[in-house]
Amino acid sequence: MYNKKECVAMLLAGGQGSRLYALTKNVAKPAVPYGGKYRIIDFPLSNCVNSGIDTVGVLTQYQPLVLNDYIGNGQAWNLDRIHGGVHILPPYQSNSGAQWYEGTANAIYQNLSFIERYDPEYVVILSGDHIYKMDYSKMLQFHKEKNAVCTIAVIEVELSEASRFGIMSTDETDAITKFVEKPKEPESTLASMGIYIFSYPTLKKYLTENELDATATKDFGKNVIPSMLANKERMYAYRFQGYWKDVGTIDSLWEANMDLLSPNIPIDLYDPTWKIFSNNDSRAPQFIGKNAKIQNSMVTTGCVIDGSVDCSLISGGVTIEEGAIVTDSILMPGATVKRGAVVEYAIVGESSVIQAGAHIGARPESYENKSEWGIAVVGHNISISSGTIVAPKQIISADI
Amino acid sequence: MYNMTNVLGILFANSHEEFIPELSSKRTMASIPFGGRFRLIDFQLSNMVNSGMSRVGIITKSNYQSLIDHIGSARQWDLARNDGGLTILPPYGQINSGLYTGKLQALRGSLGYLQKYPCDYVILSDCNFVDNVDYSDLTEAHIESGADITCLTVDGDFSAIDTADSIVFETGTSGRVKQTIINRAQAGKFTMSMNALILKKQLLIDLIKDLVPKGKLDFGRDILQAMVSELDIRTFAYNGYYSKITDLESYYRANMELLDADIIEKLVQKKRPVYTKVRDDAPSKYGLESAVTNSLIADGCIILGRVENCIIFRGVTVGKGAYVKNCILMQDTIIGEDTEVSNIITDKEVKIGDQLCISSAEGSPLYIAKKRVL
Repeated sequence: MYNKKECVAMLLAGGQGSRLYALTKNVAKPAVPYGGKYRIIDFPLSNCVNSGIDTVGVLTQYQPLVLNDYIGNGQAWNLDRIHGGVHILPPYQSNSGAQWYEGTANAIYQNLSFIERYDPEYVVILSGDHIYKMDYSKMLQFHKEKNAVCTIAVIEVELSEASRFGIMSTDETDAITKFVEKPKEPESTLASMGIYIFSYPTLKKYLTENELDATATKDFGKNVIPSMLANKERMYAYRFQGYWKDVGTIDSLWEANMDLLSPNIPIDLYDPTWKIFSNNDSRAPQFIGKNAKIQNSMVTTGCVIDGSVDCSLISGGVTIEEGAIVTDSILMPGATVKRGAVVEYAIVGESSVIQAGAHIGARPESYENKSEWGIAVVGHNISISSGTIVAPKQIISADI
Repeated sequence: MYNMTNVLGILFANSHEEFIPELSSKRTMASIPFGGRFRLIDFQLSNMVNSGMSRVGIITKSNYQSLIDHIGSARQWDLARNDGGLTILPPYGQINSGLYTGKLQALRGSLGYLQKYPCDYVILSDCNFVDNVDYSDLTEAHIESGADITCLTVDGDFSAIDTADSIVFETGTSGRVKQTIINRAQAGKFTMSMNALILKKQLLIDLIKDLVPKGKLDFGRDILQAMVSELDIRTFAYNGYYSKITDLESYYRANMELLDADIIEKLVQKKRPVYTKVRDDAPSKYGLESAVTNSLIADGCIILGRVENCIIFRGVTVGKGAYVKNCILMQDTIIGEDTEVSNIITDKEVKIGDQLCISSAEGSPLYIAKKRVL
């Protein structure tokens, strides 16, 4: 069977996403719902398909059940291919023993044999942590033009934010001269997006060396990239312009959802030339009842809405009963808000039920001390009993 | 539980379309859009799949491009199978032999398909009913009674319009059909056919081979009516929600009936969902000044104006200041800014400009054809 692919993508989806607390208790971060009908992983997967990359390895480790079920055979993203397609790659046992993935570089290293089945020239390394639309084929073109062995996608960030990222310094040809992970005093504002293209032989060489070095952390940012730089390999920064948002914290997840409601849409989900695919449910269209009031919101299939919804993201199969109020919030698939309950500035997890009269979250205006305020979170499959008050910033991970 | 993979499904895509020419002039009855995101065939196909059937043939006659586009690989109905799955059966015959006129003739053209799979039973159904039938109930009743043919029926008090394009049965105390009346066009209490029935595959093949050479081509007239004493024909009553599409008015009413959360739940059940083609639209977006009540809205819509009592299909845009009332807007319709429309049905990709006012009398909706620009 002829299996050769010019470029193979490896998507690191094993992270726990611990800063999403209750939302990643039983779910890997890339499987966290986003934007009404998507999960985070839809973005890198759709980007791959739209960029002409049809072979994707998805490396899973933490709570993979939902993710595995969601990806299935990849048909939803047109990744059920005879040659290539999407493959879930969990850690496995070999004759040298069983080993969990220890860091991003080690995860790829353990799957070199998967990559080699396709004999690729290039490997794209992706993560399931960001919302963005990007044509990886243009980045690959840049990689080839520069005759690089490693290209890192970068985005301009505010100087004040720069110390949260891996920061690159480049020369006038965009060659990377320096890379510092989370610098205290950043020298530049070019942040790594965690998207790498490697020429495969070089990737293999460095991953193998890294593996043999017992003292090294098995991580791209901490180890592989710095040692490549130290050896003066041809490394370039590919400047990305456009919407790119980390969704690794409660605040950033909420903000990234709210961005979809902004009138100057920073990320256009309605663009037919760059569709974001997702694993769709077979449900009826959304039913908007006689008492409903919906403004500035996104709502999707299978919802039954008879309450008031403002400035919110409502995922599939959500029920909002008459007299319930939902504002500035994210309701994940299958959540229910009963009669008279109020949900404001909150994230309600999948299939959770907010009973009648409960009150989740509060508006920031009513808090003088802003440090006391934050998005309230109800995890997945949780029932909030009638009349309960969940304060802002509170994270609920068990029934109350 | 009966192994329903032993039952072959045959759907007739074109039956009854002459009664609803507005919607079927460019498509089959089966591919008429319905309920915001479905097409009529989705209901019968999903019924068959949800009942455990894994082999379904769709007999088509004309205008079936839209149907083929809708079905695709049939994966959305879980009918992309190695051993059967979904098969489209276009007209088959010699050049110049013409299109078939009766169901039996159409079935003869598909004899090869009928004989191909090792199924003992066949369920035949049209696509003019919207319902959620469990065909395993029909099959079990059929096997238990030992009947030759069991027709799915509904008991009710019907109007003359309802019975004009239908078959009604009169049964004796034994449960066997005594008399079959076709196109009764009379109001009253009847046992009306839902145009779905089950019989042994071999009996169907024998009937086709016997009757078609004699010029007997009509399943209703030449079998259900004419052979009522030779064959043990029985009925099986369906008790769930249904609507019957007989003309544009009933199509409009059937859609509007869905503006009731209980009815949607009965029709599109969690345990027995209705499958349809996926378009990967984004969620629907409601603007700052939108006001939507009592409506069914599919994904990919942008609603900036006022919407009341409407069925809105995928990708529809309702402009700022627009007011849409009692309408069915099919896929990708655009309603301009400050435009008022009421009691209209727009077919796919209709564009209605800004500051217009189009309305029709309540109950007799105005139909605007596909891709029209107003």
